[in-house]
Amino acid sequence: MSQSAKDHMGRPVVVVTGIGMVTSLGEGKDDNWKALIAGKSGISKITRFPTDNLRTQIAGTIPWKGDGMFFPAAHSISLARKSAIEAIEQAGIGSRGSFPGPMFVAVFPAETNWGQRMDVYNHKEGGDSKGYERLIRNVRAGNFSEYYSMYQFGSIAEHLADEFGPRGLPVSLTTACASGATSVQLGVEAIRRGDTDAALCIGTDAEICEEMVVRFTLLSALSTQNDDPQGASKPFSRTRDGFVMAEGSATLVLESYDSAKARGARILGVVRGTGERADTFHRTRSKPDGSAIIDTITRSMADAGMAPEEIDCINAHGTSTPENDKMEFLALSSALGSAVDGIPISSNKSMIGHTLSAAGTIEAAISLLTIEAGVIPPTINCNEQDPNILMDVVPNVKREHAVNSVMSNSFGFGGQNVCLIFSGEPE
Amino acid sequence: MPSVDNQGQAPFPVHPIVDFDISTQIPKRSDQRQMGPWQHLGTYAAGLALDDAGVAHDPDLLAKTNMIVAAGGGERDLEVDSAIMEALGQVEDPGAYLNATLMGELRPTLFLAQLSNLMAGNISIVHGVTDSSRTFMGEEMAGVSAIDTAVAQIQHNQGELFLVGGAYIAERADMMMLMEFGHTLWTGEQGSVWERENTDGGMIMGSAGAFLVLESKEHAQARGARPYARIDSIVGGRCNRQPGAAKKVAEGLLGQIADRIPEGPLPVLSGCCGVQPQLNEEHEFLNELSNRGISPAIRGVTTVMGNTLEAQFPVNVILASMAISRGAFFDPFDDSGVEQDFSGDPERVLISNWGHWRGESLALIDKPDTPLRGQE
Repeated sequence: MSQSAKDHMGRPVVVVTGIGMVTSLGEGKDDNWKALIAGKSGISKITRFPTDNLRTQIAGTIPWKGDGMFFPAAHSISLARKSAIEAIEQAGIGSRGSFPGPMFVAVFPAETNWGQRMDVYNHKEGGDSKGYERLIRNVRAGNFSEYYSMYQFGSIAEHLADEFGPRGLPVSLTTACASGATSVQLGVEAIRRGDTDAALCIGTDAEICEEMVVRFTLLSALSTQNDDPQGASKPFSRTRDGFVMAEGSATLVLESYDSAKARGARILGVVRGTGERADTFHRTRSKPDGSAIIDTITRSMADAGMAPEEIDCINAHGTSTPENDKMEFLALSSALGSAVDGIPISSNKSMIGHTLSAAGTIEAAISLLTIEAGVIPPTINCNEQDPNILMDVVPNVKREHAVNSVMSNSFGFGGQNVCLIFSGEPE
Repeated sequence: MPSVDNQGQAPFPVHPIVDFDISTQIPKRSDQRQMGPWQHLGTYAAGLALDDAGVAHDPDLLAKTNMIVAAGGGERDLEVDSAIMEALGQVEDPGAYLNATLMGELRPTLFLAQLSNLMAGNISIVHGVTDSSRTFMGEEMAGVSAIDTAVAQIQHNQGELFLVGGAYIAERADMMMLMEFGHTLWTGEQGSVWERENTDGGMIMGSAGAFLVLESKEHAQARGARPYARIDSIVGGRCNRQPGAAKKVAEGLLGQIADRIPEGPLPVLSGCCGVQPQLNEEHEFLNELSNRGISPAIRGVTTVMGNTLEAQFPVNVILASMAISRGAFFDPFDDSGVEQDFSGDPERVLISNWGHWRGESLALIDKPDTPLRGQE
């Protein structure tokens, strides 16, 4: 590649120079990778709160180590800090507290949790009033400034900005289960515009609490296979019955190829293309013909300037819901044509669970590690593959396989769909 | 006179949303039922913008319309919350009770009506906007980043046509609690935001839905659409809000765009919400424009609308664009003496938009070199 690297459309080539990750499988990308290729599951019985009367009692939680009651925003910040520090240190970019580019943080829109709501309610200042009147009286009389700074919708990104010092306004974003991929997309777009040489793309989600489990249960989205937590997330299996909620964070440091080369940074991979298309069909389901997600995939390949034959491996959205896995297969076969038969497809969610807002970033990180290692992590719990999903899902055991390009899919509730394509370092 | 409700969220006055007929923009009952008031308002306002731009019901244009929504979240079921709060201290097994009650009382559609990205999702479903779809969060600054990102994408051929905006419903006890965690709400009489200087300050929340269609000049010309105005520049920054820090950030931002502002009278729309010390700092910052030979004609938008959070910056861009296309700025919003008259045809409007908790931003909206809307 020449000194000033442009892609097939004349845009700056965007590369990855730092990766950080924390999931229910472990802290740091090395521990995660070892667990992933060993086919381990991070799912367990929920112990954070009582699960009596809940249909789903399992999740991929990461232990909350803060003082006092569980605080979702603080937990999300803590995980994001870990992944961001790992990624920034690997990239060796900027200085402590000063990242030389914008920050895009995929976060869950967390509302005041029951623990904090009851903390406010149980104060005495409000007298014998009830309901929100009592909450507001107590809030007026008390000091809840910590809740003020933690429960704004921008809180997580603002606290991360205090620590990492990105340029401009930090962007908090949500596109539901596609959020993490959207954060990467925004970074890619900023670098391609020439607005910046680097971008910090973070996904973080650590909000497993009673109400979140209930909300997803009421959408019939969660697995209820409580007796076998580690076997419950079974993407592409005939008996799959929903996803398993999980917590985690990943960070990618993106840079222009030129900037990374100029400062002698190690290039971990190239973001070749991104694609997106919003659906109009239903709030939780894709169009029956899959046209929006087909377009998403097709657009990512056009953006990358790649043909289906050049995709060596697919990091599936693969949630383990009956709907997603069927639609993902349908869309891939339509978008990639006969090439789909020869492409291994693997779902990390079989091991990590579904980290929701962080999933797209975590799976982007794993896609890059897959390229680096030449090993595809397995889709575990695949003892009886869905006979209607005619793909090589890398069942149960990792596969040695030269991988230069990986497609990573993310499809969200609300019809927001993103597809990313990564390749190894250019020669 | 501003519309004010002193009772509904007492002791906090709010600016309620006016009555509007959602069925004019959300005709299907089945769609209406999937949303709460917040998503109704945003989806409704988005439809108005698409209509006004001549994009609504045009499948080809809608398929290439990108969307960036600035969102908080939708309404909680406050009755369920209240019943649970009262019972939790009395039942034998609070954990089991909480789970059972949430499972039994929450409606499945409620979660979707609360989800932040579902305002965009509903706009796609109801109006057929289907290119990219992103939702930014972060209170006032979400609106700034949404429009800033759309402008940057248009300028660099990452899209020609965008729908951007947001909505906020002030009449919500759960949001009142969230804002009052910081003791930021004004409990006195509704009045000019500038009259809260030399007090402990405080903000009055306001409801608004505000969406804009942004388009490249070439794309607008090719389809015969006339602009209201041009977005010249948007700049944003942040600090930890130590006393004086926000003003310093704003001074730095001004430095980035100062060469685009000639000396003389300048119409200014301020989103100043009334929380201290930012209120005094923003007013000082605007007064000191005079050091550059600029005479600001300031309008405190929150005096008439309250702080509309995610919708606030879109509201200000809309007001600035309307002033430019109509060839006249707004009369003063109060008689505090802070707001100077501005007569004549504004060439440009400065927007000063700072968050109640975090973020400072400035924007310059000006006249394009093409014929404007309303000036046939």
